[in-house]
Amino acid sequence: MNALLSVAGLRKSYGPIEVLKGIDFDVAPGEKIALIGPSGSGKSTCLRCMNFLEKPSAGEIRLAGERIGVRNGNVMSDRQLAPQRAEMGMVFQLFNLWPHLSVTENVAIAARKVRGLPAAEARELALEMLAKVHMTHRADASPLELSGGQQQRVAIARALAQKPKLMLFDEPTSALDPELVQEVLKVMEELAAEGRTMLIVTHEIAFARDIADRVLFLDGGTIVEAGPARQVITAPREARTQAFLNKIRH
Amino acid sequence: MSAFLAPYGDYGVEWLPLLLRAMMNTALLSVCAFVLAFVFGLLLSLCQKSSFAALRYFAALYVTIVRGVPLLAVLFLLYFGLPGIGIVFDAFGAAIAGLALCFAAQVAELFRAGLKAIPAGQSEAALAAGFTPAQSFVLIILPQVARVILAPMIITFVSLLKDSSLASLITVNELVLTGRSMATEYFLPLQIYIAVGLCYFAIAWPFSVLSRRLALPATR
Amino acid sequence: MTGFSIFFSVVEGLVAGLGVTAFVTIASLALATAFGFFLALLRQFAGIKLIDPAIDACCEILCNVPALTHLFILYFGLASIGVKLTSITAAVLGLGLIGAAITCAIFRAGFAALPGGQAEAALAAGLTPLQTIFEILTPQAMRIALPGLGNYAVQLLKDTSVVSAIAAPEIMFFARSMVTSSFQTTMIYATAAALYLLLSLPLMQATRFLERRYGRLKG
Repeated sequence: MNALLSVAGLRKSYGPIEVLKGIDFDVAPGEKIALIGPSGSGKSTCLRCMNFLEKPSAGEIRLAGERIGVRNGNVMSDRQLAPQRAEMGMVFQLFNLWPHLSVTENVAIAARKVRGLPAAEARELALEMLAKVHMTHRADASPLELSGGQQQRVAIARALAQKPKLMLFDEPTSALDPELVQEVLKVMEELAAEGRTMLIVTHEIAFARDIADRVLFLDGGTIVEAGPARQVITAPREARTQAFLNKIRH
Repeated sequence: MSAFLAPYGDYGVEWLPLLLRAMMNTALLSVCAFVLAFVFGLLLSLCQKSSFAALRYFAALYVTIVRGVPLLAVLFLLYFGLPGIGIVFDAFGAAIAGLALCFAAQVAELFRAGLKAIPAGQSEAALAAGFTPAQSFVLIILPQVARVILAPMIITFVSLLKDSSLASLITVNELVLTGRSMATEYFLPLQIYIAVGLCYFAIAWPFSVLSRRLALPATR
Repeated sequence: MTGFSIFFSVVEGLVAGLGVTAFVTIASLALATAFGFFLALLRQFAGIKLIDPAIDACCEILCNVPALTHLFILYFGLASIGVKLTSITAAVLGLGLIGAAITCAIFRAGFAALPGGQAEAALAAGLTPLQTIFEILTPQAMRIALPGLGNYAVQLLKDTSVVSAIAAPEIMFFARSMVTSSFQTTMIYATAAALYLLLSLPLMQATRFLERRYGRLKG
């Protein structure tokens, strides 16, 4: 079966400090992968290497067979990377909505500027995506007027509007007040049920267990354990995995 | 290019002492004016926080007027205008007074911003620990304010140094006026004024660099 | 009353310089803002190894030497090697270049105040770096910069009085020439001061408004 995303030999160093020490995994189309692990394990770094927001020190990343971020042996510039990044929708921990644009404009602008959609069509697309995340009632609001959970849902709509092959989630609920976490997880659940391919870095272990197909446990820059979500979380094989899960639960 | 640089070789030896003396005048003028501006600014700042409404209005009016009136007009008024009603300043005195009056407003503004930057919790903690308000202000608040406003205060000094050049227009023999008389004597305005510029740069730039080093990263 | 008629003739004389004062202020402001913004973009985003220190050096020279000296170099200095600028040209050029160094710093501070996530989200969405700068970063940086620009404009209006020293026929120039032909020195300079104050009041109001509206805005 052809993997949608394949990662081989991924390494990342910041000067003398090696954060990723050789990561290999594949994501099949429609698969949902959760990356879990302690802080400093490199899971966010790993995710950010997928769309080259971090430039890997070594390794190959392929999306639908195409090599990401490297052309003719050279690392691509931001300008060259733009089309590849457009194929991946990223949702950030701090939402990163653009405050000078309305909610709808936030969702529509990439469609207009990157794919060249006319304004009316882009707006229609934006409203469609906002409906998916249940935010059409605030379509013309400013992001500054929204709660954290609402902002994150708009951010998800923004990523969806790219019609991406792959959705990347970087700790999407870590910056939210506890009572707002559920509304975002619910939207992600609905997206998962649609059959989207999703790579999610998260601390929400119960969510990972229920929604993800596979879980990768990262610690100290390597994948310590990988397997079906339910198995890794309820009956891990590695002691380190068990130790981490115990700490999180208590 | 060598034609441009030649006069420096020919006359550099003559020019240097003239420029050095002028630099000292400029420095003296700036330092005196700044000290005075600091004192006036402190007084103004006290007026701004005073419980007497009249003092607060006076301070607000003063700051608004100074913000809107050019330094040059103030200098001309002090040096050329006042003798008409009996008060005679010598040029140097008029320059110091004018610079001090105008920059006092900037200094007061720095104090105001500096005080605002200290969280209320600081004095609360001091009072809770048993300090009197006066002790709290002198021992706890003032040192912190001093650290915050040090860099901007240096920048204000550099501004004042640059504005001291206007004193040349009321006959004070500082760098620019010296440059002008040299320019008429040697007929080399370009080289001379560039040399004057370099003199200012030599004094001002170290202070600018120092203020950047000392600038605290913005908290909050 | 002769007092009043003298006052009116003084005002009449000063107002003759109003046009030039306004022109120099507006032209310098335009030059400073446009060129300063361009420099800020270059310095902040182009990442060209040789240009960055060059821009920094130019800004240091412009900011550590008095305007009066720059104006003398442009007006008297260049004339002596055959480049004769009119006093107004030298005034706008001098004040405009100094202003560009100032506004460059203001704009750069505006860009620097934006959280890194803003640009990241734009790049992640597939926008090119240029699109990111103009659609996402500049609108926000502009808003942050407005109060600083307002303060600069207030200062600039006062600074135009200095160009009287290179014979630009603005308000202070007329004040000085009136003083030599009459004995109303205090009245003339006080009226000139009042005129500048009057002109700057709307600018100060606008700046206060900008500070209230955009002073606390971050990305």
